[in-house]
Amino acid sequence: MLLQQIINGITIGSTYALVAIGFTMIFGVLELTNFSNSSLYMFGAYITYLLYSIVGARFFLAFTISIVLTGVLGYGVDRFALRRLRKKRAPKLSGLITTLGMSMVIDNSVMVFFGTDSKSFTNFMDFGKFYVGNAVVTWTQVIILSVACILMITLSIIVYRTKIGKAMGAIAQNQDAARLMGINTNKVISFTFIVSGFLACVAGTMVAMYYRSIETSMGTSIGTKIFAAAILGGVGILPGAVVGGLVLGVVETMVSAYISTGYRDAISFTILILVLLIMPNGLFGKKAVNKV
Amino acid sequence: MIERFSTWLVRHKSPLLIGTVIAAVIFPYVFTSRYVLRIAILCLMYCMLAVSLNLMSGILGQISFGHAAFWGIGAYTAAILAKNHGWNNVGVLIVAALVAGLFGLLLSLPVMHLKGYYFTITTMVFCQIVRVIEINWMSLTNGPLGIMAIPKLQIFGQLIKSQQAYYYLILILLSLTTFIVHKVIHARMGYAILAVRDDDLAAGAMGIHVFKYKVLAIVISSMLAGAAGGFYSVYTSYIDPGSFTNAVSNNMLVMVIFGGLGNIFGSFVGATLLTVLPEVLRGFSEYRQLVFGALLVLLMLVRPEGIFGSVNFKYIGQRLSLEKSIAGGKHHE
Repeated sequence: MLLQQIINGITIGSTYALVAIGFTMIFGVLELTNFSNSSLYMFGAYITYLLYSIVGARFFLAFTISIVLTGVLGYGVDRFALRRLRKKRAPKLSGLITTLGMSMVIDNSVMVFFGTDSKSFTNFMDFGKFYVGNAVVTWTQVIILSVACILMITLSIIVYRTKIGKAMGAIAQNQDAARLMGINTNKVISFTFIVSGFLACVAGTMVAMYYRSIETSMGTSIGTKIFAAAILGGVGILPGAVVGGLVLGVVETMVSAYISTGYRDAISFTILILVLLIMPNGLFGKKAVNKV
Repeated sequence: MIERFSTWLVRHKSPLLIGTVIAAVIFPYVFTSRYVLRIAILCLMYCMLAVSLNLMSGILGQISFGHAAFWGIGAYTAAILAKNHGWNNVGVLIVAALVAGLFGLLLSLPVMHLKGYYFTITTMVFCQIVRVIEINWMSLTNGPLGIMAIPKLQIFGQLIKSQQAYYYLILILLSLTTFIVHKVIHARMGYAILAVRDDDLAAGAMGIHVFKYKVLAIVISSMLAGAAGGFYSVYTSYIDPGSFTNAVSNNMLVMVIFGGLGNIFGSFVGATLLTVLPEVLRGFSEYRQLVFGALLVLLMLVRPEGIFGSVNFKYIGQRLSLEKSIAGGKHHE
């Protein structure tokens, strides 16, 4: 029973982690709360759903095109709104409001086009299940967790080992100085947004397959959680986002199994507040140095 | 253009103020339609919420994504008092404000050590927690069904039922809120709060009790939101947890930023536009939110600091009075 709950928790947590990675990348580079990230997550799932019927039931083709399209949309959010704000040296809050507006536009476009009722989604990674002790593990769960891990490792390598990752770090510290050092900041930021779009689409589609349904409110319900997961692990730290997502998922499942289903969100968020109070920089964060 | 408009506003400050007050007072007699009045009342209530949030986010500089929580706490307090305990006088509004203020105090205590986005996430999470409790505490809040048939308010033994009366009630509440926030900003305390916003370390070094002023600003702000919540529940006589979500909190913050952070007049404009605009766009029905979002993005692109964000009314006023005195001096010569 306990093992089963842990396994379910890890699965849910790894879906949080998937979206949170993209979110935390943007947060780390721009210190921007990207509200449109959860909309991209929903958008990705819907586009896969739409393309699947258009390309004639070839799932991987549909999935690939959908990933590209969501990435393009992520790029668009940056290119047509946020880049102009950066150019004007607008306060950070207006960037936040812009992403909020963008997320409303994306959400409602999807709603107008597809309607608000939930649609059933086929699970393409349903390869049966196996037993670990008494606990049932489906292959879907294994695949979701592995994809989350693979993406985390790949992106960690990109962010911490490659040139473009170093450029991201430089931009996070000081955009102007980074530009003076010859970094094409716009290009790097666009790259970040495209990657976060890719991740949102992968996460959205996989979660849709796991639950076998999609609905237009799926983005809003995960919105706060990915924020929480990212902060829990430490802002801008990719492994932190994954661990934060997993912890949040496990705590939620435990609470709903042993205490009360209704208070699931409340208790996991209370734990989040406590973590913030004890370790304000998150589980993996380094202590920030305040300038005086 | 906005600068010119602001100068014009300041130049004709007193006639405009008197005109607005007269217009606000005669409004319910000119527009008697229930629909228009309802929107006007909600619009005034959102103005009240925006002004109170402005104290926390604009003046104190702590961006809050959880203002709807205080609003909801006020609404539930008033509803429970009125429904279960038979209170239906103005006392419910006061108690609603006090209870919301208590929660503001509770939130502000742990939050003192957190800065920037950590405060933001805490307020966001606080809003979620309050909503989850509203949904789950069945015996007190009636869960997701909400509380129905909340008794109407009674003032001087008179049961208020008409829309007009509620319009005047919220007008009075809004005036009080504006008065309080205006007083706070322009008193010694307000300068202390502004100093804390700009640099709390420096403010502390200058002998300002940072902790005290932070707590004060948050508590006052949450109390005002609580009073607005109390009004909301007695006015609509039905509340459910669905009204006090994070989306509503975001909306309130958008109102404040739309008008310009730290600017009371801006908050009025932001709240009015963002309450009336969706109603005007109702003709587009399903495209409404889409257009609304697009307009939001557009405004941020044109004026990233909000409509009146970069306008300093006080400075304009001083400049105008200086110009006037120079012109007056010449005249006497």
